[in-house]
Amino acid sequence: MTGTAAKGLAAQEFDAIVASHRPQIFRFLLASTRDMDLAETLTQECFLKAHRNWARFRGESSALTWLMRIAINLEKDHWRNRRMQFWRKTQINAVDLDEASEWLPSGERTVEQQMLAREQVAKVWRVVEGLSERQKTVFLLRYVEEQELSEIAAATGLSEGTVKAHLSRAVGRVRAELKGQS
Amino acid sequence: MSTKKQHGELTAADVKRAGWEMAGEIGEQDAELKEVLSHFKQSVDAWSAAVYARPRTVEAALEAVARRRSWRLAAGWAMALVLVAGGVSGGVFEHVQRQQAAQRAAAAERAHEQERAAAERRQQDQKLMATVDTDISQEVPSAMEPLAELMEDGAAK
Repeated sequence: MTGTAAKGLAAQEFDAIVASHRPQIFRFLLASTRDMDLAETLTQECFLKAHRNWARFRGESSALTWLMRIAINLEKDHWRNRRMQFWRKTQINAVDLDEASEWLPSGERTVEQQMLAREQVAKVWRVVEGLSERQKTVFLLRYVEEQELSEIAAATGLSEGTVKAHLSRAVGRVRAELKGQS
Repeated sequence: MSTKKQHGELTAADVKRAGWEMAGEIGEQDAELKEVLSHFKQSVDAWSAAVYARPRTVEAALEAVARRRSWRLAAGWAMALVLVAGGVSGGVFEHVQRQQAAQRAAAAERAHEQERAAAERRQQDQKLMATVDTDISQEVPSAMEPLAELMEDGAAK
């Protein structure tokens, strides 16, 4: 295979990766930041970085896990950046918790059930907001992205035991919030 | 060894307990919690899908990029204009200063020339007057000689 053909194949592979995983990366970053513009920017940066390093991806983990790791690191870098600390504190672009809770498909629920479900979702958002960055990441990867513990461990660089512990604490706080004990 | 391990804020006991809890997961134990977390996921899915699908977000991102670019362009032009204006006004100021200095130097030169010419004229006049005085005192016209002798005789008498 010539070098040009190999490059073409790699580009096609990467296009397929972008098409299949971009919505998931965006969803994770949106849930993590609650900021639509920031989530879009970080998603673009994530795929740009992935494209630059695509040749180095050896397939030791799944492409999604690799992309999640890049996204998590980009988000960390974003908050670490001193210039952005101000934005983190003010959160002027972040969507309000109640507004974020509004997005719930009605399904076959009654109006009362829908209202109850929204209240519960709002409580979960409140808990998520109060979690540490690491706990939040682990929680969202598990209960929004539905990733396996081993995938979360690979994406976050933590051991599976640590991932379990973070999840346990986060779920405990959700449980307490739902029971009104927080 | 301390009970605090290298897992950030977690202790070894936390990790062990979490392992037991996660082994059973939350599904069977807590149906309500499972349902709430399912609602939470549905909510995030719906929100993300709605935001992801809207064209406005792309436009907004492009607008933001375009806004940043136009600001940079405007700032660049403003900077360039300031530099050009500064350069031009500095050049004009320098030129005017040089012209004024040249005019002052020319005026001083003219005044000096005039003074020198006047001094020369005064010197020439003085020389001429001295020459005239000398000529008058030394040479007596021949027609006046008899009269001059008479005057000398009368004086002797």
